[in-house]
Amino acid sequence: MASPIKTRLRAARNPSRRSTEESPVVKWLLISIALAFCLVFLLLPLLNVFAQAFAKGWRYYLESLYTPDAWAAIRLTLLVAAISVPVNVVFGVAASWAIAKFNFRGKSLLITLIDLPFSVSPVVAGLMFVVLFGLQGFFGKWLDEHNLKIIFAVPGIVLATVFITFPFVARELIPVMQATGAEQEQAALTLGANGWQTFWHVTLPSVKWGLLYGVILCTARAMGEFGAVSVVSGHITGQTDTMPLHVEKLYNEFNGPAAFAVASLLALLALLTLILKSLLEWKEARDLARAQQPAPPDSKAKPQMPARETTR
Amino acid sequence: MKKPANLKGKSNPLPGFGLTLGVTLFFLSVIVLIPFAGLALRTSQLSWADFWRLATTERALAAYRLTFLASFSAAVANAIFGTLLAWVLARYEFPGRRLLDAMVDFPFALPTAVAGLTLANLFAANGWLGRFLVPLGIKGAYTPLGVVIALTFVGMPFVVRTLQPVLENLEREVEEAAATLGASRLRTFAQVILPSLLPAITTGFALAFARAIGEYGSIVFISGNLPFKTEIAPYLIVMRLEEYDYTGAIALAVVLLVFSFILLGIINLLEQWTSRFQH
Repeated sequence: MASPIKTRLRAARNPSRRSTEESPVVKWLLISIALAFCLVFLLLPLLNVFAQAFAKGWRYYLESLYTPDAWAAIRLTLLVAAISVPVNVVFGVAASWAIAKFNFRGKSLLITLIDLPFSVSPVVAGLMFVVLFGLQGFFGKWLDEHNLKIIFAVPGIVLATVFITFPFVARELIPVMQATGAEQEQAALTLGANGWQTFWHVTLPSVKWGLLYGVILCTARAMGEFGAVSVVSGHITGQTDTMPLHVEKLYNEFNGPAAFAVASLLALLALLTLILKSLLEWKEARDLARAQQPAPPDSKAKPQMPARETTR
Repeated sequence: MKKPANLKGKSNPLPGFGLTLGVTLFFLSVIVLIPFAGLALRTSQLSWADFWRLATTERALAAYRLTFLASFSAAVANAIFGTLLAWVLARYEFPGRRLLDAMVDFPFALPTAVAGLTLANLFAANGWLGRFLVPLGIKGAYTPLGVVIALTFVGMPFVVRTLQPVLENLEREVEEAAATLGASRLRTFAQVILPSLLPAITTGFALAFARAIGEYGSIVFISGNLPFKTEIAPYLIVMRLEEYDYTGAIALAVVLLVFSFILLGIINLLEQWTSRFQH
C-alpha cells in the first residue's frame, strides 16, 4: 500500500512522473465510479442494516433482542465459537509447526488438504456430516441406539463450523513461522530450554500477531456461518438456532425489524473484525518498515495478505 | 518471502515433529478426510444410471444453469469493478482512501445471511434503491438479477486483493518508456499495463467465480428460491435434504464438488502464472 510518504518520495525521485499519470479529469472520474460502486455495494447495505433494525424505534429494537429465542441464539453462537476457535488454534499451531519447521514427504499434499474446506460449498460441507451422522447415515443407527445426537444438535453445528473455519489459523501461521525460520528455536534448545519452554518463550511471541489475525478471521467466520450450520442444525427454535439462523427464521416470519435487530449485532461483529484486522495490518506494516529501516523505502515492504488466505 | 532456513529433516534438532504432525493428521482426518470419505462411499454405492438420473433432473439442470450463469456474471462484474477499485486504491491519493481500502474486506467479514437480508431489503420495491430502480424495470429482489447482485457483493474483495499487490509492484519505468516513445496514456494502459495485470485479474475472477458457485447464505434471502426460476443448486441440495432424499442431495453435491475441484485446479495454475509474472 503506497503510504503518502512513499508516494511523495517516489514522485520526488521521478521528475517525469507526469507522463505516467492520467489527466485529472480521468483520475477523478475513476475515483468517482469507484466510490459510487462502494456506496451501493458496501456503505448502503451496512447502513441499511441499522436503519431497518431501528425502523420501529429503540424500544422495539431492544425488545426483539431480549426475547428468550434471540438470547438462546446468541448464547449458542458464542458457545459454538468458544469451542471451534480453540480447536482451530490447537490444530493451526500444530500444523504450522510441523509444516514450517520440518521437511517431510507429502508436505504439499498436506497443505492442499488443509485448504480443501475453502473450495467446498458450505451446503456440501453440512451434507457430509449428515451423511456420516444423520439417521440414515453411516453412524446414524449406532448413535441412535446409544441415545447420542450429533445432527440436529450442538455437536453437529460445532463440527460443521470447525470444517468451514479449518484452514484459517493454519493458513495465517504457516507463512509467519516459515519466515522466522528455526535458528532462534535451535539457539534456545542449545542453551538448555526444553521443547515447551522454547515454544512458549521463543516461537509464540514471534508469531503472536499472525496467530491473533487468524483467530480474528476464524471467530468472525465461526459466528457468521450460515450454509453449513443450516444443513446440520434442524432449526429447533431456542435450541439449535444460531444467530444467522435466527435471522432467517424471523425474516421468514415476516418480522423484518426483529430480523434486522439480530442482524445488526452480526454487522457490529463484522465492523469490529475489520477494525481489528486493519489495526493488525497497520501494526505489522509499521514493524516491517522499522525492521527494514536501512533498506531503500521502495523495497516493497508491505506484508502481503493474499486474497486466498483472507477469504472464506 | 524468506526461505525456511536450512531445515534438512534428519539433522533438525527441533522437537515436537511427531506430536504436531500427529495432532494435525488427527484433526485433518476427523474434520476433513472422514467426511469426504463418507460422501465418496455413499456416492460409490449409487449406480451410474441412478446417479445420472438424480443429477440431471429438469429442476437440477435449471438450478445448475442459474448457479453457473449468475456466478459467471457476478465474477465478470467483479473483474471490471475490482480492477477499477484496485487501480484507484493503488495509484491515487484522495480523502478516505485508507477507509475505502479497509472497507473492501467488508463482504468477507459480514455474515452472508446479513448480506442477503440487507441486499434483499435495499432492492425490494420499497427499499432505498428499489424505490428508484423498480419503477425503471430493474427488479433486484426475488429475481435472477438479485442472485447476481448478492454474488457480486460476496465476491467483491477477491479481484481487488489479488490485483492490488501486483499494481503496487509494477515497474513505472515501462510506462515512462511507453510515454516517451509517444504512446497515449490509454494506449499505454491497454498495451503495456493491462497485459501484466491480466494474470492477477484472471486469478481474482476465478476465485470470485469459485466462491459464487458454492454460495448459499446470501442468496436464500434475495432470490425467492422459485424452482426453475431463481433456485440455485446449493438451495436444491437443502430442499432434497429436507425431503430426506439423501441420495438426491448427494448426487447434486457431487456435481458441485467436481465443478469446484476443476476450478480449484485452474486457480492453482493461474496462481503459478501470476507469481511468474511478479518476478
